[in-house]
Amino acid sequence: MPFGNTHNNFKLNYKVEEEYPDLSKHNNHMAKVLTKELYGKLRDKQTPNGFTLDDVIQTGVDNPGHPFIMTVGCVAGDEESYEVFKDLLDPIISDRHNGYKATDKHKTDLNFENLKGGDDLDPAYVLSSRVRTGRSIKGFTLPPHSSRGERRGIEKLSVEALTSLDGEFKGKYYPLKSMTDAEQEQLINDHFLFDKPVSPLLTCAGMARDWPDGRGIWHNDSKTFLVWVNEEDHLRVISMQQGGNMREVFRRFCVGLQKIEEIFKKHNHGFMWNEHLGYILTCPSNLGTGLRGGVHVKLPKLSTHPKFDEILTRLRLQKRGTGGVDTASVGGVFDISNADRLGSSEVAQVQLVVDGVKLMVEMEKKLEKGEAIDSMIPAQK
Amino acid sequence: MASSFTRLISSRNTAALLASLGAGTMATGFLMSENGPLAADKKTKLYPPSSDFPDLRKHNNCMAAALTPAIYAKLRDKVTPNNWTLDQSIQTGVDNPGHPFIKTVGCVAGDEESYEVFAELFDPVIKDRHNGYDPRTMKHPTDLDSSKITNAVFDENYVLSSRVRTGRSIRGLSLPPACSRAERREVERVVVTALAGLKGDLAGRYYGLGDMTEKEQQQLIDDHFLFDKPVSPLLTCAFMARDWPDARGIWHNNEKTFLIWVNEEDHTRVISMEKGGNMKRVFERFCRGLKQVEHLIQERGWEFMWNERLGYILTCPSNLGTGLRAGVHVRLPKLSQDPRFSKILDNLRLQKRGTGGVDTAATGDTFDISNNDRLGKSEVELVQLLVDGVNHLIECEKKLEKGQDIKVPAPITQFRK
Repeated sequence: MPFGNTHNNFKLNYKVEEEYPDLSKHNNHMAKVLTKELYGKLRDKQTPNGFTLDDVIQTGVDNPGHPFIMTVGCVAGDEESYEVFKDLLDPIISDRHNGYKATDKHKTDLNFENLKGGDDLDPAYVLSSRVRTGRSIKGFTLPPHSSRGERRGIEKLSVEALTSLDGEFKGKYYPLKSMTDAEQEQLINDHFLFDKPVSPLLTCAGMARDWPDGRGIWHNDSKTFLVWVNEEDHLRVISMQQGGNMREVFRRFCVGLQKIEEIFKKHNHGFMWNEHLGYILTCPSNLGTGLRGGVHVKLPKLSTHPKFDEILTRLRLQKRGTGGVDTASVGGVFDISNADRLGSSEVAQVQLVVDGVKLMVEMEKKLEKGEAIDSMIPAQK
Repeated sequence: MASSFTRLISSRNTAALLASLGAGTMATGFLMSENGPLAADKKTKLYPPSSDFPDLRKHNNCMAAALTPAIYAKLRDKVTPNNWTLDQSIQTGVDNPGHPFIKTVGCVAGDEESYEVFAELFDPVIKDRHNGYDPRTMKHPTDLDSSKITNAVFDENYVLSSRVRTGRSIRGLSLPPACSRAERREVERVVVTALAGLKGDLAGRYYGLGDMTEKEQQQLIDDHFLFDKPVSPLLTCAFMARDWPDARGIWHNNEKTFLIWVNEEDHTRVISMEKGGNMKRVFERFCRGLKQVEHLIQERGWEFMWNERLGYILTCPSNLGTGLRAGVHVRLPKLSQDPRFSKILDNLRLQKRGTGGVDTAATGDTFDISNNDRLGKSEVELVQLLVDGVNHLIECEKKLEKGQDIKVPAPITQFRK
């Protein structure tokens, strides 16, 4: 069900300059690309589900951004948004994803056997390993646009698919609106529970509507495979465990995803994917693999080395605090993950994490011994 | 046109049939083979109203009390002439379940027509909120003749300041939950142009929120005039903070006794205020200013949203009728300690707030006392009610000071029969 600016045709009675947003104080990808001319060109368009240009950009208009951090500033309301508004979204995608062109093709590789190594990261340094991605279900609109009926339909299908899993994937679904206090406490302690979004980046895009209706968490009995339903995307899929065996985490990730996808396909609701953009997700920043593979790793010496940030950039990795995005590191422990999402495959991105973390742990060990690491600094990958 | 309409009807029947068979997946496949703008329409019908009906079991607001599945089914697919829908009206009430003690309204209007198109929801909400006022059978009186007010100069040993506020909407433009940027800018243009025509003690200046200097901003904060981007989820979930601070601003006269907010929760909020107890003068300026602004917009072919069922049309149903809150900051150290204080206020149809306004606590013994009611009584009636009530409270306070006892007054009747 559309929200906000549904009366699109009515707005066309006003001139372009009267409707064009004031982006003079804005610093996000959308504001950089959306000129008045482009606004004029796209404003009379709608996707078949009725998602409009103003729906796409509302979050970017409401959140001018930060002088240092470039947010994306727009969202998709459905699969077709990326087609109907390609004149806006293609340049944003290119900006955000290292010059990815409108003619480029994205490679999907979820064959975990193609990963080399990854099972021997030193557990004295690598405390935990995790891989996450998102998936959208064909035939439904995305969280900024979905009605309650659709959201519940997504939940129903997802729960059917997930509860049919067995073996290492046998598990249980906890709907947000009916979990008991004890269940809630446990999920918080396991660091599984997600809460109603408070970030205006998400709320201004309409993603928190009707909370907590249709939202929930599924996880397997061994608590190593977890799915969020109807948060920022239809599904967020997470594989994780303590220690440094990223290979095992990635194996479980690939196998689990493929099992789930098969079940959805049988119901004629496969995942949204195309060969140009890979997996279609709500935020353009998550297109391609939507994959963030990372570790919590102790790097107290390396992290204070003047070349730390440069090393990360060359390895195509990024750092975060152990609370996730927008948090600070605690006790020299960092969350290190791949920076890229689009233009390289899942295997390639996880390979970068595995190889890069291995190298950085060796650097840390050298620094502990008082040795220099200059010869180890890699070339740009 | 005719052929696509026919196609819509026949495919709607098919989609409805498939949906009723529970063959949602097959029907979706059927829809996915269609393309073009009709698909959105048919998709909506694929999900029957029952699939979209919100879960209001944990909710405590007027909308949740009034919205039945039958009403929802009837109204879900209707739109106002500006394309505003029921789902948009109720979103704020779905997202904010409410408080066990405080019953919020839980729905907003996107335009003047919302109150008509969705009358089956808004009428019971209005009845609930406004003491049984029935928009189908009753008429709301409007009276802005301030000369009728008596005894409205309060004892300044007790009354520290006096204030009257209301809202006004510009007919023909969508309300804050629904308006596009162009419409919002038009509201600003219409209002600011009109205000520029005010003269004498009402002459003043406009400060656009996005363009004010730091110095101007500080001054407005010091004067307690500046309003900020709404943070209350009651407002943000109703889409009222979109595009902030575009086309929002504050106008006030040079004497700082007449103030107008542009494009906050309503098109305009109009405030007359001054230190001390001269409510007569505050209300006189209020009425005069409102009439002059109305005249100035009429000169340019605009008018305020008003009808005889609902009085002045505003975004929130709680502000229909007069939209008027007349109040004072008053010291009542002894009376506020008396256990009968709340009952006395109730019977006088008054409410107390802290001196920070709604949802704040009182500091010391000073209270914000104002009228409870908005709809079903005229401006003159409500202000007189407030005046009589405050005078009574001061009498009670004086009695208690002298060690005398006070009586709880009889409750005031709701509506004229």
